[in-house]
Order: sequence, then structure tokens, then C-alpha cells
Amino acid sequence: MQRKRQAIRDHTAESNLFARRATIAFFIVVVVLGGVLRNLYSLQIEQFEDYQTRSNGNRIKVLPVAPNRGLIYDRNGVLLAENKPVFSLEIIPEEVEDLEAMLLGLQQLIGITQEEVDDFYDSLKRQRRFKPVSLRTQLSEEDVARFSAHKHLYAGASIEARLARHYPYGDSLTHLLGYVARINKKDLQKIVEAGQEANYAASHYIGKLGIEKYHEEILHGSVGYQQVEVNNQGRIIRVLDVTPPVPGRDIVLNIDIELQLESQRILDQTRGAIVLSDTRTGGVLAMYSNPSYDPNLFVHGISRNNYAELLNSPDRPLINRATQGQYPPASTVKPHLGLLGLEEGIITPDYTIKDRGRYQLPNVSHVWRDWKKIGHGDVNVAKAIEVSCDTFYYDLAYNLGIDKISDAMYAFGFGDYTGIDLYEESDANMPSRGWKRARFNQPWYVGDTIPVGIGQSYWTTTPIQLNHTINTLINRGERYIPQIIRGYVEADGSTSLIPLKSLQPVVIQNQENLDIVLNAMHDVVSGSEGTARFAFANSHYDSAGKTGTAQLIAVAQGEDYDADKIDERHRDNAMYVGYAPFKSPEVSVTVVLENVGGGSSNAAPVARQILDFYFRDRESIYPDEDVVEQ
Amino acid sequence: MNQTLSPNKTSFLHRIHIDGWLLLGLLALMSVGLFTLYSASGQDQGQMTRQLIRLAISFVAMFVVAQIPTGAYRRLSPYAYVVGLLMLIAVLFFGDMGKGAQRWLDLGVVRFQPSELMKLAVPMMVAWYISKFTLPPTTINVVIGFVLVAIPTVLIARQPDLGTSLLIASSGVFAIFLAGMRWRLIGVLALLGGAFLPIMWFFLMKDYQKQRVLTFMNPESDPLGAGYHIIQSKIAIGSGGMDGKGWLQGTQSQLEFLPERHTDFIFSVFSEEFGLRGVIVLLAIYLCIILRGLIIASRAQDAYSRLLAGSIILTFFVYVFVNMGMVSGILPVVGVPLPLVSYGGTSMVTLMAGFGVLMSIATQARLMSR
Repeated sequence: MQRKRQAIRDHTAESNLFARRATIAFFIVVVVLGGVLRNLYSLQIEQFEDYQTRSNGNRIKVLPVAPNRGLIYDRNGVLLAENKPVFSLEIIPEEVEDLEAMLLGLQQLIGITQEEVDDFYDSLKRQRRFKPVSLRTQLSEEDVARFSAHKHLYAGASIEARLARHYPYGDSLTHLLGYVARINKKDLQKIVEAGQEANYAASHYIGKLGIEKYHEEILHGSVGYQQVEVNNQGRIIRVLDVTPPVPGRDIVLNIDIELQLESQRILDQTRGAIVLSDTRTGGVLAMYSNPSYDPNLFVHGISRNNYAELLNSPDRPLINRATQGQYPPASTVKPHLGLLGLEEGIITPDYTIKDRGRYQLPNVSHVWRDWKKIGHGDVNVAKAIEVSCDTFYYDLAYNLGIDKISDAMYAFGFGDYTGIDLYEESDANMPSRGWKRARFNQPWYVGDTIPVGIGQSYWTTTPIQLNHTINTLINRGERYIPQIIRGYVEADGSTSLIPLKSLQPVVIQNQENLDIVLNAMHDVVSGSEGTARFAFANSHYDSAGKTGTAQLIAVAQGEDYDADKIDERHRDNAMYVGYAPFKSPEVSVTVVLENVGGGSSNAAPVARQILDFYFRDRESIYPDEDVVEQ
Repeated sequence: MNQTLSPNKTSFLHRIHIDGWLLLGLLALMSVGLFTLYSASGQDQGQMTRQLIRLAISFVAMFVVAQIPTGAYRRLSPYAYVVGLLMLIAVLFFGDMGKGAQRWLDLGVVRFQPSELMKLAVPMMVAWYISKFTLPPTTINVVIGFVLVAIPTVLIARQPDLGTSLLIASSGVFAIFLAGMRWRLIGVLALLGGAFLPIMWFFLMKDYQKQRVLTFMNPESDPLGAGYHIIQSKIAIGSGGMDGKGWLQGTQSQLEFLPERHTDFIFSVFSEEFGLRGVIVLLAIYLCIILRGLIIASRAQDAYSRLLAGSIILTFFVYVFVNMGMVSGILPVVGVPLPLVSYGGTSMVTLMAGFGVLMSIATQARLMSR
């Protein structure tokens, strides 16, 4: 059968047929593989650059590197804000053999709590296995020592150091320096709005308050970059290129930490503020607001309880009383008003009134009383400053009228921002007709003007503002913006000072008028009846000043002020403004003490203490070489 | 053959039923494969060892298969086919699942993929059936031939294993084509095939297979999902450029952006590290092997041997084409390895057994002719 069929087959024809088909098949193979090659040519040659770019895009990642924050020094080179290494215990999960056993061991070794373990597992879920996860972010030195001694037992766990802001002077400088804290959603939004996203790509902290916030841009520096090769999971294989970050600039403040600490010591338990400034530059030498709090709490995130405590404290430690506290200036503005009266020709240096302890407008029953019940007798403008006669100023205010007072005092800086380098500043209030209309929808009454004469009646100021106006008097109308920052630390260690900044000066028409007022302030300290004569008795420097006692509640007509009857928080504020040396002023001081009573007996002694400390055993501490003209 | 290799060696190789040219091509290919695998596996000694063992087993398989005379294959053809078919049906009912597909048959001692057996059994069966009659085959025999091909193809496609069913279908169809199927009939079948595509799409293909095809049409539509493989593969190939990034220097592969880099996508690793120059060399090796295979087929003494040899070598070509096509984005990803280069077990043994058959045909034929 088989043989028979084989016999009739044409083997040659079949073989040839196969050969033809095989040739066609080979031809097809060549064509198809040629097509494959053509496509590969297109990918590897024609589109090479595109794919090379995409290949690099896969493997090369640019990682931002945070710059180190600029340091902050006081004027004598004392470090006020530093970057301190903080140690954290980090675990790389994939390098650990038995995670549970390790955590158990660490619990015994350095007392890792269950809460920390829970947090650790939480963040573990969100992380790649080869990325470190923090178990404890702030290790004590003891923790570090203990762990280091047993390091070999914990493969995969390591101590990592990073820099974090630290304020060695703690609560002494809080309101002034402020603090940095972790960047939150709101900060991020602002960063985005300012187009600073890239610059903050690696930063974790941002200035939240005080100098840290105001000079954020200078202190932060510029981000750097690290070009790394990563694999498909983002694990860094090697570093290809580094553009180092530019660290923030180190800055020097006008602050003298010794004066600042002394101010804190003096205020002790009293709520209030002390401001010291260099009269020649406006530079802030000390600025302390009491009570304060520890800024370091905020750097690593303050606990809810601690924060609530600060927020709800009746002493309101969170506000900076020196720049945000709004206090009636009281009698401390008598020099300014006296000068205005003289300049306006409302009074002459010899204009005298007879003070019988009370002031009344014609046909008005209301009585405004002098702090001295029996009155001061015959007083002229100078005497009225020395003894702080109220009646004279009621009369002066009445004669000047609110419009002149308001405009002139505004020109001095009352009711306006001084422009100090802190965002936490209030403009306080210089009342005027327009202000009262807008605020209360009421007309301004003549009766409102009378207490303005003694710095009361809607009139408020901040300690820094008050200090600024005293400097303006001393500088004969020149107005230097009070600045905390003094300059930058240069690469060679020297300090380059930043130029002075000025505001629109107050024009003094007759310098003699100003002399009368300044001499009267001198008499406050050294005159036979000066309100600060006891406080400054026997001081080894010659100073001038003005006391003030601000009433916080109206004393009913016909009643006397009796501190014992009044709630502590409603008692008078004691105020003092002063400067020294009288002949060639270099330092001015402003003291505000809340609810302690009279300025003469409470604020003036505080001013004396701090000025004594300032002059310690010499006439002057700071030569005025650093006056840089704009 | 006698003119090109020394007579002594030729006679020795002949005596052990080995075709020298084919052996040379296979060795060249395997060397390239091992170098590439060393890089693709991330210099994994374990994988290298396992691959070497596999190569050794494959060579033994090739050698053993080469010793068996062609006549034995012919007689064995229908039995192998029927047993293979029965096992394919068994897989449908008792098969093990692996990667979402039912391909494995657990015979207690060894796990076995019946579809691998069918890679040889189908061309054997078709060659056996067609060559029983005078060639070129009649239309009815062509139709019967196609039915013989279609049954296992559909069964394997339903496992589902699109790649293997494609290879098996090609092997059968090549046998019929080489037998001299008339051109007019080819035209008609091409039209019918075109009509069959929608049927395949709607009734035979599983969702994941459809997804692969859709992704293939537009890989950038799903760059992190299904399109990821193709995009990363094209980046690897394209960024290789003319000269390549150098051995062990391919960033796409070494940094693990390329998935399946030691198995189905090993060609991408090769292209990235050796560039277009390397690709041309590799294609030349493949082309030489295919050419040698077709020459062996043409010189074979009987129709069965010719058809079987031609079918085996052209199926080998399909492997090459489909794999290179899919990793470079001109074919959908259907899971076909790059023959003798990709890391992997069963398919390599089957391939080398196929070459064993070729060698048997090459050497038996000449022995007979003497």
C-alpha cells in the first residue's frame, strides 16, 4: 500500500515545490526581520535623544537640600539663636531581622513607650521598606550614650543627627526673637503665593514670630540640590552631582543680651514691658515683655496642653507688650503737648495758671481733678512737666483743641506703626474727630478733649511707640525707625551695619521751645519737686524723664481713687519715659508696669535700675561710631 | 558541509547526529544569552546556575532526540498528537492555576505543560497527515490539516495562553504552506482569517488579553499600569542608541525600571546595553540559524521530514519575531520568550528538542543518501 503510493509520487517535483516554498518563506523571514530592524533603527537612532532623555528622567532625580539657617547674635557677638544637633533614633525596616524583638529591646534600653511604638508602626505603613523611620525624634544624651554602647545588638537602627533651632536664652528673648516651627499648611500657602516653593522644598522650619519671622528671607538662605540616581522604587543608588545650598546669613541685633536679661530680672513677676533704645540710631538695645514663655517649646511642636495654658493664661504671655500692648500714655506725653502749645503760640514759657486741684469748663458741672488734691498752685509749662500738673494740661488741651493735638501727635508717631522689624506691632490709637465718628458714630465733644491733655481718653500707645516719640524729641524732630537688626556677619567675621531708616521728621520751628521741654524733663529727675527725683536720687549719670500714671477706670465724680477698693486688674498702670545722659543722650528707656499704681513710685525706680545697669561703672557703654547715614 | 568543515570533524559530528553549523549558531546564541542574563538578573549567581543547568538539560534533550531516526518520529506522530490533545483536555478540568492561567498538569512527580508537547506534536501530526498524500495537498486535506491545527490552538488559547497557541497555530500552518498549499486557497483563508479576528476578540479572548492588545495600541494611555512594561521597554531600547550603554551599564535594567527583564523582556536589556550594533549581530545569528534550518529541510529525503523541519525552523522564527516585536512595541505583549536567550525552563527544552529533530533529519538524511 505504502510502497504503491510512493511509486506514483513525483519526488523531484515535490522536492522542488518545497524548495520554492522554503525560498519564499526565507524571503518573508528576511522581510519581517528587516521590518523589526527598521523599527529598532527608528527607536535607537531616530528617536534616540527622546528616549535617552526619558531614560535619564527615570533614573535621575533632583533632591533639594535645605540650607542651614542663619545664626542670630547680639551686638556683642553673643549667640542668641543657634542650630543645634538633635539626635533621633531611626530604623530602616528592611535591614532589621526581627522588628518586634528589636522594639522590645529598645523599650528596655531607653524606655521607648507604647505610644512611640504605635506611631512608629503608623509611619512604617506609609514608608518604603528601605527608608528610615523615626522611632524617637529627640533623644536625650543619656539615650544616645546607652544606645551607642549597645549599637551592635540593633542592626538596622541608628542615631541620626540633624540641626534644629535652639534658643539658649529661652524666655528672655521670646517676643523679640520669636521662634521657628514646622511649616504648616498656612505657611505653605504663603510660600506658594510668594513663589518660594522651590526654595523651601527641603526646609522643615520657618520663622513664625519675631525676628525669625520678619527676617525669614535673610535667615533662611537658598536651597541646594543633589542630583541622584534612583532605581524604580526611588532608592538612591548614587549621587551624581551636588549644588550646595547657600546658608542663611548670620545677623547681628542691636540687642545687648545683658541689658535684656537685666530687664527680665527687674520686671520679675510684674506684668509690663521695658524698652531701651539707642537714641542716636533708634536701635533697640533691650525689649522685654513680661510674662514670657519658652520659645523652644514651639520648635518641635508644642503640646496641646502647654499651648492651651499659654493661650488661656489671664496674664496673656503670648502678646508682646512692648509692641502690641496698648496703654494710655498718661502724663508721659506732657512734654510733647507742652512743646505743641509753645510752638502753636497757645502758651508762652511764662504763661502761668493757678492750679487748685480741679478744672472745670465754663457752664459745665463736670470736674476734672488733678492727681494732687490741693493742686500745685502757680504753674507754667516747665513746672507742669516737672510736677506733672494735670490742670495745666487740661487747660492746654482745651485751648489747643483736638484737631491740632491729634495731627501733631500723629506726626510724632502716636497712633501709627513705628516700622520696627517685627510683624507683631500695634499702631495703638491717637483719637480724632474722624476716628470717633468712625468708631462710635458719635461727634467729638469738648469734654473728650480735656483728658487728652493728660494722655487719657481713648489715647493709647505702645511702649515702643512711646520710646520712639521720646527719641524724636531728643533728636529734635528726626525720627529713626526703631530697629532690632543691626547688621550682617560678613565672611571675615566683621559686621556690616545696615543703614538707618528714617520717617518723616517733625518740624520744630523754635528750638528754644524744645529746650524748655527737655529741661523740664531734666527737672523731673533733678528738680526740687520732680516726680522722679526720689527714684533717681544720687545717680552717677545725668538723666531726664517723665513719669505717668494711667487710670484704667473712671473714678466717679466726687470719689477718690483707692487702690484697695479696686480689682487688681483695674489698678493704675505705672509709666516712665527717660533718657541719659541728659547733655548728650545715647539711651532712652520706656517702662510700663501694669496695675501696680503710680509711675513715680513704681516705674521710675525700674527705669533707674536698668539705667544704673546700663551705665554700670562708666559714663557710656557704646560709642556712637555706628551711626551710619543713609 | 563537507567542503566547509574538516572531514574528520564532520564525520564525527555526523556519527553522533549533530549538524555542525546549527550547533555553532545555537552556541553563539546561548553565549549571547548568558552574557545578557548575567546583566539582566543583576549578576545573580543563582539564576546563572539554574540557566546553565537548564541549558545542559536542553543539550542532552537535543542530543537524545537527534539520535532517534526520522521514521520513528513519523510513526509516533499521530500518537503524540492524540496523547497531547487528551492532556490538554485534562488540563481544562484538572489543571493547576498559575498567574491566572490554567496551563499546568500535575502528574504527581512533575508538573508538566502539555502545550509544550503540542509545540512538536502539532507540526509532526500535520506533516504526517499531509505527507501521506501526494503534494501539493488537495483542498480537503488542507481543510483537515487546518482542523488538526485548530483544535489544540483553541484549547491552549482558552487556558489562556495566547503566545503558545499562536506558536502552535503557526507551526501547523507553516507545514501546510510548505507542503504547497495553493495560493488561491491561501488568499481565501487570509480573508476568512480576517473575518475570524472579531470572533476571536469577542468570544475567545479573555479580558486581560484584550487589555494587552488595547495597551499595545496606545501604551501611553496607561503609563503606570498596563502600558508601563511597553513604555519602559521602549525607553530601554531607544536609550541604547547605536553603541549601547555597555554591558552591565544599562540603567533601565540595572535600576529595575524594566519589568520581566530576565525573561520576556531580555531583548530590551540586550538592546539597551549593546545598542543597534549588538542588535544587528543578534539578528544575524538568528537569521543564520533559520537559514541553516531551511537548508536542512530542503535537503531532507522525504516529504514528512521536509515539512517537519521547515515547520520547526519557521516556528523558531515566529518566536524571534513575536518577542522582538512585542518588546519594541510593534506587537502586543503576548508572553513569548526570546528563544534560547530568555531565562526559563520548559520552552527551552522544547526548543532544543525541536533542534534535535532538525539534527536528526539533517544527519539521517545524509546517512541514508550514502
